[in-house]
Amino acid sequence: MSDKVRHSGLWTLFFTVVSLIWVFPIVLVVINSFKQKAYISRNAFSIPRGAEFVGLDNYRRGVEQTDLFASFWWTVVVTVGSVLLILVCTAMCAWWIVRVNNWAAKTLYALFLFNMIVPFQMVMFTLSKLADMLGLNTPWGLWIIYLGFGAGLAVFMFTGVVKGIPQELEESAMIDGASVPGIFFRIVVPIMRPSIISVAILEAMWIWNDFLLPYLTLDMRKYKTMSIAIQYLKGGYGSVDMGAMMGCLVLAIIPIIIFYLCCQKYIIKGVMAGAVKG
Amino acid sequence: MISMAGKTIRRWWALFALPTFAAFVIGFVVPFVMGIYLSFCKFSTVTDSQFIGMANYSAAIKDPEFWHALWYTVAFTIVTVIIINICAFAVAYMLTKKIKGSTIFRSVFFMPNLIGGIILGYIWLLLLNGILAHWSKSITYSGTYGFWGMVALYCWQQIGYMMIIYISGLQALPGDVIEAAAVDGASSRQTLFRVTIPLMMPSITVCTFLTMTNGFKMFDQNLALTNGAPSNTSEMLALNIYRTFYGRAGFEGVGQAKAVVFFIIVAILAIIQNKLTTSKEVEA
Repeated sequence: MSDKVRHSGLWTLFFTVVSLIWVFPIVLVVINSFKQKAYISRNAFSIPRGAEFVGLDNYRRGVEQTDLFASFWWTVVVTVGSVLLILVCTAMCAWWIVRVNNWAAKTLYALFLFNMIVPFQMVMFTLSKLADMLGLNTPWGLWIIYLGFGAGLAVFMFTGVVKGIPQELEESAMIDGASVPGIFFRIVVPIMRPSIISVAILEAMWIWNDFLLPYLTLDMRKYKTMSIAIQYLKGGYGSVDMGAMMGCLVLAIIPIIIFYLCCQKYIIKGVMAGAVKG
Repeated sequence: MISMAGKTIRRWWALFALPTFAAFVIGFVVPFVMGIYLSFCKFSTVTDSQFIGMANYSAAIKDPEFWHALWYTVAFTIVTVIIINICAFAVAYMLTKKIKGSTIFRSVFFMPNLIGGIILGYIWLLLLNGILAHWSKSITYSGTYGFWGMVALYCWQQIGYMMIIYISGLQALPGDVIEAAAVDGASSRQTLFRVTIPLMMPSITVCTFLTMTNGFKMFDQNLALTNGAPSNTSEMLALNIYRTFYGRAGFEGVGQAKAVVFFIIVAILAIIQNKLTTSKEVEA
């Protein structure tokens, strides 16, 4: 492929400008998070100075109104628990499906594929009622719900990987007297490691940011995730304390940026792996 | 044909397959089947259902707001699929060439994708209302304003994601084919349209499919940015279904019928799209 390009300096300049435009919405939120709330809607583009500047007041109010740190904690609990459970269970299930490959395994696989094309609205009402009835309206109850509703993609990606692993290795281990769980965890899991990381990233991105499923399922009096807490800032009649909102938005974006900076390589790989599902 | 190992592994179904299957039944199979059944019922919770046949569906079809939301969503999907894929491909094409800082640019373009829909919605509420304030208007001035606001938001969110998929596609292209084209005297434009793009069809399939179904299902951004205002004119299909369920007492059955229609549309889209574009793929 011809990598060289004419006017490469001009292109760098062009993309620098576009990049600045790209981050501008976020910078704007940061700027406005220090602005007195009445001025935010009047002039969103001014730099907060003098009377407009309120220091960390918006952050304080935002955290107080939403109990943001508690909801941050619940988001962590829901996301980490669900992702771990999804990884362990679906990896085992995918391996079982590929190796057994009888009618039951094939039916199961077809069901998981079907699951991927069903939009959440189709099941939202019945799922939330069922979760209520079974007492799954807690963060740990959500682990099971996410495992169930999110199984499709994970099983699909893992079966693709397992199909590429030669069976001879496992068979010879079996002849040597290794147990089935032993074979899976000592031989298969290490081979699957890269795809496990990819699936973890994809599921984590989905669950961390998900709004409607936890909103309808969780007991709102006790548990809120970050997206829910922020949505709750909007009052019943559409009035929003934009100052508190800006503070909350910045606090919600910071962990995501940190996560991105730390795991960028894995995130990009995960996205690429997930794209294959088309 | 089942292998020896397969027979031994099969006996371990309770450990390996059952946990996922049990959760799948609770989290998907039962809600799905009940959802289909309830779309033919009148109910307010799942235990007081009463079979009423197709009445919910005819009520859904007669609802003008449902039709408005449907066309609004279709228009949104068409516009965003075109803009996002063209921009993402163009950016990916340039950023796989030798340009200083291309790694940083990639990181910047991808970043919005990690931010959740609700947060994105409020970020853009600030930006768009800030701009529109100069004309003393806001994003909820009319459904058209909301439409283009959501298009801008959605493009900002998705272009980076699709760019990553296109970049991985471009990097996997066989270099010799493109060199051969250059040796044969093809201009870089000819190479792009006659060689690169046909070879990129698998990636284009995936990206079109992803943007289309995601756009069609968009909910969070719609809820946060406009919440359907003014008077439900900026309401997309997913939000319309949600509001039918939870906004109007006694309309749960209609909401479920709409959800079934929504599911069927998404499923058909997924199938057609896949059939259509995979057949255009070219072997290198």
